[in-house]
Amino acid sequence: VATSTTAVPSAGPVAGSRSFLSRLRDGDEIARLITFLFAASVVLITLLLVFELWQGSVLPRHKFGFSFFRTSVWDPIFDQFGALPFIYGTLVTAGVALIIAVPLGIGAAIFLAELAPARVSDTLEFFIDLLAAVPSVIYGLLGVFIVVPLMREYIQPGLKKTLGFLPFFQGPAYGLGFLTAGIVLAIMVIPYIISVSREVLLSVPRDQREAALSLGSTRWESTWKVVVPFARGGIMGSIFLALARALGETMAVTMVIGNTPTISASLFSPGYSIAAVIANEFTEATGAMYTQSLIELGLVLFILTFVLNGFARLLIVATSQRGAGMGHT
Amino acid sequence: MSPRLRWRKFVSGFMLTMTGVCAVVAVAVLFFILGYLVYHGGTSISWNFFTKLPAPVGETGGGMANAIVGSAKLLLLATIIGVPIGFFGAIYLAEFSGGPIAFVVRYAADLLNGVPSIVIGIFAFTLVVQPFKHFSTLAGGFALGLMMIPITLRSTEEFLRAVPRALREGAMALGASKWKTISTVIVPAAYRGILTAILLAFARVAGETAPLLFTALGNRFWSPGWNQPTASLPAMIYTYAIAPYEDWHRQAWAAGLVLLGLILVINIVARAILSRGIAVPRS
Repeated sequence: VATSTTAVPSAGPVAGSRSFLSRLRDGDEIARLITFLFAASVVLITLLLVFELWQGSVLPRHKFGFSFFRTSVWDPIFDQFGALPFIYGTLVTAGVALIIAVPLGIGAAIFLAELAPARVSDTLEFFIDLLAAVPSVIYGLLGVFIVVPLMREYIQPGLKKTLGFLPFFQGPAYGLGFLTAGIVLAIMVIPYIISVSREVLLSVPRDQREAALSLGSTRWESTWKVVVPFARGGIMGSIFLALARALGETMAVTMVIGNTPTISASLFSPGYSIAAVIANEFTEATGAMYTQSLIELGLVLFILTFVLNGFARLLIVATSQRGAGMGHT
Repeated sequence: MSPRLRWRKFVSGFMLTMTGVCAVVAVAVLFFILGYLVYHGGTSISWNFFTKLPAPVGETGGGMANAIVGSAKLLLLATIIGVPIGFFGAIYLAEFSGGPIAFVVRYAADLLNGVPSIVIGIFAFTLVVQPFKHFSTLAGGFALGLMMIPITLRSTEEFLRAVPRALREGAMALGASKWKTISTVIVPAAYRGILTAILLAFARVAGETAPLLFTALGNRFWSPGWNQPTASLPAMIYTYAIAPYEDWHRQAWAAGLVLLGLILVINIVARAILSRGIAVPRS
């Protein structure tokens, strides 16, 4: 996530004194133009993406307006589309994922940044990076054949016995559902939290730790009361990043969430998510209103991740720079 | 030692141990995934898997030869689309521009990088599938190529910037033009980093499934040319895993092992190339 901010000197005094023609002959201007076209195409593609999503969802946006987000009837036959159950499922699974992944991820990041010797830390980080590279369909595969039976046979009955008085842990144990999807998502986003948080924690200036230790705090107190608060912004950033991933995650969720549009307080209940409904129904969608409603769901997903990613980047850069700035004093 | 201090030391030791447990759990997941895939996939994989077409529904046996070739074609196309845009765009960012244009390009790339893969699929659908009126290898490759652009672009830029300034100045002092400097000094100096960036981008899209669902679609037979729906390994894993047939599950495991093996090997090779090179920033 290291973002370099050093400006490259544009042309230098040598190039400045040469005439435009001689630069043209050397190919500089042509090279600039060609590379510019490639760079500009990235902007163009991104703008086109936003345009297509906006233009492609014009029918349901005009017909349903805000009721698209408030109603839960999803009926392709009568062209009635309300996305509430999908939005609910997306938020609940992402919420469950964060509840599990945040403590685990931050704990592991603290270990890697504060305790482990550099070589151990780098080795573990290498494995964490590999974990982040595992494709989501593989998580889905393991989810279907390992997590789902495990949930059905052991975890859900166990939770029902111990915490069954809570509304979250009631109803039949299908195995598939919000909780299972949340757990699989948690496993998927932990590497992102660890990698980014570790970077941010490592950027905390050394004298912060030493000051706390010299005042008589224990190792944990210096970590928890000084280092972590210093890196708070960046850690929050890593959480937003993970949240954005969790919201947009498709394959693994589709394979274990149950694909039933339900709004239920029980986490055992099968549900549906925005990404999952797009994945399942897009190819079968007949009629403009149906297809466009799915595209509008894509637009919702795009806006959510856009806001979260922007916010996350801001926090991470601000925290890293704060660490770098203090390091010099 | 006062009881208070003893308590504080206990808390310190306990919490620090817990962080260690968190780290071990996180890394253990990787080995668990690997172990499980090797165990299940290893027992299911056979020569047929690589050479045969999928068997008709209901029959056992068969393989995924068409999916392997399909994935290769999709990734070839993705590389052809994604790498040049990423690479030349990065040269523009690192060498020719420093102002607001660079900011806009970087911003767009970061935005594109954060777009959920399923939304990329929708985009490729509206742009390639709808006008041509059918699903195709072309549309799938286009979707994957889009995803390669921002990854290649941003890391290549980092590596170009990491080339020591003295090298640039040396070339300029010898009278080389800017383009000559870039093509004969800067890019060769950063080539390990650039290769790593491209490999990582490749590995990232190799396992993508969501953007292929309604672009390349899937196919139980060979897909001639570039204009037909095609099978791909990730999409096959998805279809086979949620199907109710025991034999398909077995093949899904085998495909999972092949796919994950490929991706992890590329990742490890990419990092090995980098660690043997010149000092460059981690990205």
